[in-house]
Amino acid sequence: MGMAAAESPFHVLAVDDSLIDRKLIERLLRTSSYQVTTVDSGSKALEFLGLNENDESNPSTPSVSPNNHHQEVEVNLVITDYCMPGMTGYDLLKKIKESSSLRNIPVVIMSSENVPSRINRCLEEGAEEFFLKPVRLSDLNKLKPHMKKTKLKDQKQGTEDKLDNSEVQQLQPQQQIQNDLQEAPKPQDPQPESESHLEQPQQSLQQANNKRKTIEQGLSPETDRTRPRYSGIATVV
Amino acid sequence: MEVGQMRRQWLDYTRSLFLEGFLDAQFMQLQQLQDDNNPDFVVEVVSLFFEDSERLLKDLTFALDQNAVDFKKVDAHVHQLKGSSSSIGAQRVKNACIPFRNFCEEQNTDACLRCLQQVKQEYCLVKNKLETLFRLEQQIVAAGGSIPMVELTQLSF
Repeated sequence: MGMAAAESPFHVLAVDDSLIDRKLIERLLRTSSYQVTTVDSGSKALEFLGLNENDESNPSTPSVSPNNHHQEVEVNLVITDYCMPGMTGYDLLKKIKESSSLRNIPVVIMSSENVPSRINRCLEEGAEEFFLKPVRLSDLNKLKPHMKKTKLKDQKQGTEDKLDNSEVQQLQPQQQIQNDLQEAPKPQDPQPESESHLEQPQQSLQQANNKRKTIEQGLSPETDRTRPRYSGIATVV
Repeated sequence: MEVGQMRRQWLDYTRSLFLEGFLDAQFMQLQQLQDDNNPDFVVEVVSLFFEDSERLLKDLTFALDQNAVDFKKVDAHVHQLKGSSSSIGAQRVKNACIPFRNFCEEQNTDACLRCLQQVKQEYCLVKNKLETLFRLEQQIVAAGGSIPMVELTQLSF
């Protein structure tokens, strides 16, 4: 990546109430050369991310915090179990996506249950991927593009001064819109016409966006995302 | 017994565990995650599974023994057990949990008790098998050998 200066390993925050699954996911992630922090609940995850659970960030303000001042440690991806007592993975996902400082962090949901409506709900709420448990090493290969995107975005915000920050924010909902999973613009879109405005930022960000587009195209199209992952692990003896 | 023989014995035993359905591909995944930097990974995870399962089986026995059974609680325990057995590749335990959850939904105490018996049985079996496997591994390592790295295809079903 030409834009990267020194690349530190990606840091993943893994959330699961099961000790066994935490141990597993930690090992899987470390094997894939990621830095890992594991926590056993959604509220601990939010704490780690520097977000007070009681914080109410107004989702409709186009406020921009390109530098996460409350975040102690940079987190490049959150991977969370769905079924957890108290705050579910879905609840955690929502809180992250509703937070102006955290919503750029990609979130992946894991579940032992293959429930299509659950999968769709999570993807619609902004989850990047939905993995069926047990999670395999091969599943983790899908994570890097999502994490690279955020690093790229952070760097873009640092180097592109002329770029209006609100345009960059819109790039996040754009990805979801592209997936055709939503009918109406999401609440965090600053303007209702955000869909058409998104074309312009793409053209003006030629250099960075070409890379970004390639990454996005490299990602599975929406059909792959909504298709349950069990087909990949139906090799059980 | 020399190391080569022990390793073959280990291979045969592992093959039988897969053939008989005690373990599935997820167990292989665990073994692949073990390396020189994490030489005890499989034993550690499986030990956690043993502790977790024993606690859950106790809780299940207690919950089903109540006059007014809390099926939500029972189901939560079974869900946990299903999850952890699936995570380590204990296929027969996982499969025994499936009808168990269905009977919880139906609030059928008798059927649940039968399922609990079944799950306990499968758990005991896989625990013995895994402990035997680990003993074999210890013997190999003590004799200066290394545990074979196996692909599922190599077990040639």
